[in-house]
Amino acid sequence: MFYREAGDFKSSYSADQQTFPIRLDRQVVWGILAIAFFVVPFFINDYWEKSVLLPFLVWAMAALGLNILTGYCGQVSLGSGGFMAVGAYACYKLMVAFPWMNMFVVIILSGIITAMVGVIFGLPSLRIKGFYLAVATLASQFFLVWLFNKVPWFYNNSASGMIVAPERTLFGMPLTGAESPSWLTYLFCLTLVVVFAFIAHNLIRGRIGRSWMAIRDMDIAAEIIGVHPLKAKLSAFAISSFYIGMSGAMMFAIYLGTAEPTEAFGISKSFLVLFMIIIGGLGSILGSFLGAAFLTLMPVLLKNVMVNGLGWPADLAAHIELLLIGALIMLFLILEPHGLAQLWRVTKEKLRLWPFPH
Amino acid sequence: MKLKKIGLALLAAGVLVTAMPAAMAELTFPMLSYRTGPYGPNGTEFADGYADYLTLVNERDGGIGGVKIKAPECETAYNTEKGVECYESTKGQGSLIYQPLSTGITYQLIPKVTSDKIPMHSMGYGRTSAADGKVFEYIFNYPANYWDGASVIIKHLLDENKGDLKGKKITLIYHNSAYGKEPIRTLEELSKKHGYTLKTTPIEHPGQEQKSQWLEIRRDNPDYVVMWGWGVMNQVAIKEAGNINFPMDKFIGIWWAGSENDVRPAGEAANGYKAATFHGVGTDYPVFKDIEKHVKGAGKATNDGKNIGTVLYNRGLYAAMLAVEAATTAQKMHNTKDLTGAQMRDGMENLKIDKARLEALGLPNFAPEINVSCANHGGPGLAAIQQWDAKEGKWKLITDFIASDREVIDPLIAEDSAAFAKENNITPRECK
Repeated sequence: MFYREAGDFKSSYSADQQTFPIRLDRQVVWGILAIAFFVVPFFINDYWEKSVLLPFLVWAMAALGLNILTGYCGQVSLGSGGFMAVGAYACYKLMVAFPWMNMFVVIILSGIITAMVGVIFGLPSLRIKGFYLAVATLASQFFLVWLFNKVPWFYNNSASGMIVAPERTLFGMPLTGAESPSWLTYLFCLTLVVVFAFIAHNLIRGRIGRSWMAIRDMDIAAEIIGVHPLKAKLSAFAISSFYIGMSGAMMFAIYLGTAEPTEAFGISKSFLVLFMIIIGGLGSILGSFLGAAFLTLMPVLLKNVMVNGLGWPADLAAHIELLLIGALIMLFLILEPHGLAQLWRVTKEKLRLWPFPH
Repeated sequence: MKLKKIGLALLAAGVLVTAMPAAMAELTFPMLSYRTGPYGPNGTEFADGYADYLTLVNERDGGIGGVKIKAPECETAYNTEKGVECYESTKGQGSLIYQPLSTGITYQLIPKVTSDKIPMHSMGYGRTSAADGKVFEYIFNYPANYWDGASVIIKHLLDENKGDLKGKKITLIYHNSAYGKEPIRTLEELSKKHGYTLKTTPIEHPGQEQKSQWLEIRRDNPDYVVMWGWGVMNQVAIKEAGNINFPMDKFIGIWWAGSENDVRPAGEAANGYKAATFHGVGTDYPVFKDIEKHVKGAGKATNDGKNIGTVLYNRGLYAAMLAVEAATTAQKMHNTKDLTGAQMRDGMENLKIDKARLEALGLPNFAPEINVSCANHGGPGLAAIQQWDAKEGKWKLITDFIASDREVIDPLIAEDSAAFAKENNITPRECK
């Protein structure tokens, strides 16, 4: 009744082609963005920033990247952890070599460097598909982590092999390092995520996105009708690695502040991002956000409920958390194999008809 | 994006459950422990020792200066991100000291604790150059750090070889992480000084697959193998060493590679394995009688006192004892019962524990005397070597507390802390 396209006439092409054509969609999204940008910074504190919001934003960016590659272009990749490492180390070297550089530029440049690395590791996709490609990208994961452990140039010859983000400022206030105010880091990451989610959404709707989806659905047919597989697949790897590299740079510089390649960017992180997009919904921008929210926030929520709310011992809570997350994942995939985004799509369909049943 | 709705709903739910009651005149010693995850068994023993000693002080002495101790536990599973989350969630509760028991989490928290003015005690782990108190105001790693440990091991080997290691081959097998890489520079410097050849072999986390590295060791046939491992890597390494019949008394681990969990799985084959330690082993100290009476007897022992007396339990107990002594010192210095993080830091910086105090605490000859100062946050740097007796199932100290080679280590500490200060724009403070 209130959520409908009926009666909402567009009189220009730009109005017709806008991102959210339905008025209620637009209003809700603007509302959420307004709250996120103008209300949350006043209520944020260190705990919310470091344990809830920044992990969510960082992993949402990574999930966006992997969704472009796996969800829209159909190339399974298990190298996300390695590419995040590339982004983080690129960010570190840039921060150390160019202390005057604005952090936005540093993060975007780290993404570009990761995109170039991603293209190289994406070359096997021109020959192999599906699970075999997953194994080839697994090689990139292990190789990149080994590389950052082995070559001292990457960690500036420090004795421990860890990289530490030096303090950098944005508009005169510290952005990286321990002194940074939580609202500033939050807004920085939020800006990056919102801008690049918007860009991703429009890439998907455009020519490039359609070529990816054609490759995903039937790559031989796509080639026959004139979609260039080399360009489509490599552009998918490049843009996906760009997003994942930015996510890695944000994780190192803003969220954690230090990083160690084996622990911070290991194979478990690659799997985590893959699970995020599977649970959130392959081939959906909203799905990346939903999956990231589910897998980063649910453990924190469960821990707070069990340890602080119910007073259970910490190790019991940790074990039960693992059980519950696994059970919830199975539950979601049984109830809705296409992920949380599909649940949302179905809800919107029903809302269009509401209050009528059909 | 619509996802923000879900985020906000979670936010609201989270606010409802994270409301914490205000602490009433209690001293908070948060425990960032790991009872789960790949290092769970080791972390559990340490956390048990830590918790039991704090319970003992509460039960037997009524707290520190009459103020009870609160020790909320937060599970990190040795994971850096969870460690940050635990830190952020506990720091607002009047926390006085952080002991994360993880080198990775320590590195993560160094800038944070300095900015939040809460001291961190990375006892025998963490960033070694934190011994330089002029640069690292809020970080302490007494009584010994990794470089001391490496030097003490080499000194023990020198003692075994009548002071001459020229031409000997020493292989270091290390966990391929920040923790494992710590001793390499020191061992290299010492190899230049004493003339032995050093070979370093990394082992990928978690270290369950080591066959190829040990075959290489069998080929190389080094005179000694030094191990910097933690968790399952230690067990597997000792088993593999037994498989290639490497003489166990030439195999020495650092203090984190010398617990019962590491040697028991290999059974008889582990007999004679050595490890460094910076405190005594076993239950032959009067404090354990107190623990039997006030903690285990009262049913307040963690895990029913199953781990009492193990090496890591004793280490946790030692860490708790040092924290309690520092708090006592802080209370005296500032003439107050309730402490802030900054006051606790002062207490730690002026901590002095001599033989008499150790005896009064029920731990005679348990550890060397401790003298922390403004410039020296690393303590005396003494360690001893213990050896595993598989038949009796016990660790025995086979040397006294040996001093490390400060001539080699002090310049390395100065160099590393100067690099940290430069990278982070810290001006070293003046120490009287």
